[in-house]
Amino acid sequence: MMKNQKIQNKEQRTKNIDHRLHDTDYRPKTIIQSTLPIKILALGSLFLTLLCSPAFAGEASKPDTGDTAWILISAALVMLMTPGLALFYGGMVRRKNVLGTIMHSFIAIAIISLQWILIGYSLSFGPDVSGFIGSLEWLGLNGVGLEPSPYAPTVPHLAFMIYQGMFAVITPALISGAFAERMKFSAYVLFIILWSTLVYDPVAHWIWGGGWLSKLGVVDFAGGLVVHVTSGISALAAALIIGHRKGYLRDSMTPHNLPMTVMGTGILWFGWFGFNAGSALSSGGLSTMAFVTTHIGAVAATVTWIIIEWMHRGKPTMFGAATGSIAGLATITPAAGFVGPMPALAIGIAAGCICYLALNSKTKLGYDDSLDAFGVHGVGGIIGSIGVGLFASSAINGVNGLFYGNSQQLFNQLMGIVAVALYSFVLCVIILKVVDALVGLRVDERSEEQGLDITMHGEEGYFL
Amino acid sequence: MKKIEAIIKHYKLDEVRDALNKIGIQGMTVTEVKGFGRQKGHMEVYRGVEYEVKFLPKVKIEVAVPAERLEDIIKVIQDNARTGEIGDGKIFVSNLEDVIRVRTGERGKDAI
Repeated sequence: MMKNQKIQNKEQRTKNIDHRLHDTDYRPKTIIQSTLPIKILALGSLFLTLLCSPAFAGEASKPDTGDTAWILISAALVMLMTPGLALFYGGMVRRKNVLGTIMHSFIAIAIISLQWILIGYSLSFGPDVSGFIGSLEWLGLNGVGLEPSPYAPTVPHLAFMIYQGMFAVITPALISGAFAERMKFSAYVLFIILWSTLVYDPVAHWIWGGGWLSKLGVVDFAGGLVVHVTSGISALAAALIIGHRKGYLRDSMTPHNLPMTVMGTGILWFGWFGFNAGSALSSGGLSTMAFVTTHIGAVAATVTWIIIEWMHRGKPTMFGAATGSIAGLATITPAAGFVGPMPALAIGIAAGCICYLALNSKTKLGYDDSLDAFGVHGVGGIIGSIGVGLFASSAINGVNGLFYGNSQQLFNQLMGIVAVALYSFVLCVIILKVVDALVGLRVDERSEEQGLDITMHGEEGYFL
Repeated sequence: MKKIEAIIKHYKLDEVRDALNKIGIQGMTVTEVKGFGRQKGHMEVYRGVEYEVKFLPKVKIEVAVPAERLEDIIKVIQDNARTGEIGDGKIFVSNLEDVIRVRTGERGKDAI
């Protein structure tokens, strides 16, 4: 990603200078009012910086309007994914838990956004501390302003910050599928604050904030490792620790409102264009490629899923099509800006096959990952991250995979998966144990039977 | 023949159904109902406005049974629907004049 950005930035800078020459609005008032020789001097120095010191010019560059517009729109698109996830999950639970489930996603928007601006952004992207974590220098967005940052040299630093914040928001919300219908709300709130601070922020730093994994050559375009492997593996840990729902595999636990789930799927898919194409951090060729591969991954997985389901179970289901599309989207995420359209097709097909298998072997393995947070996001994130190691092509974004003669990249990706999965699993187990000791993870049996809507929130989704 | 109408808690439905299946009851009708008894209702607050929820949701099971099996079946329903708290529901028993199976025209006990 960085290499390509550098090339783009060069074009960008030239464009910016052009703007400055023809547009008088860009200059601060004091310069406009100054005398002619000083104007010439100012212009001269601009040229000098352009010619002699491109690195310096990068730091001094003015935000590009196109890039900034795209990042802000993408941030809004990614924000919409979390309410989309709320509907996606909300439709899958029994109706007595619909609001409690939606609340898990919705409250993450508010709580994790606050965590992000106060401490999370600094821990993830602040100045590096020995490759493991960002320093506290940017605490409370101190020093994070309208000047572009090295992470995205053509957009204001604050735009990059809020865009990344939306990723931090949706990631813990994804985990909530694993313990749906039985977790105490107070425990959930405590859990997501601790999890974001101790799991998401460090891992984001390792891969996107200049930490040790990025230095070892691990790449992740839009969050296959940072978002999907962290949340998916943590979901597995959570499902194992909190235990299955009362009556699991005995009582009927069919989704209470599939049209709601499908609506959520549509919103997630729409938002995913901001998630993946926005991760180019610029508006142009790379974002277009990521946009197209994202869509290809999703449709390939959808079709694959229903074909398998049709052969295996006799009928193609709407729920299967929705699940397949989300599996495809999660899987293409790390690869979106590294592979071309046909490799994206292959990755989508792999997502459809393997995630279908993962979901269907769940009951045999005995854990109750209620809404398949691990089966879709954990498994998808892992396949996609391997996909980068196989299909990445330097023609697209400067990195070659195994099929383009670079077996090292596949090794890097596998190392990244193992490191992130292991860290997420261990930390998640510790956090859950701590939360359990403090407030208790699970609601009591009676509340679980009555449903979380009434017992946790005192309201109901539907009336007779 | 007797007709049993049992009003029970939602989450006890599966247990009751399984237990009735075990003693050979082959069919039942289940309806979502609302009502109140001694449990009364509870308060819910929506955007600052308090509502007293006077009718609580329950499920109603209807089973047609031969008279000689009545007591067994009542016991199974009671044992499996009971939590010991107020709001466990009620079982109503009434005489049943006739039963007709639509497909074959069988009547009485044969149609149960």
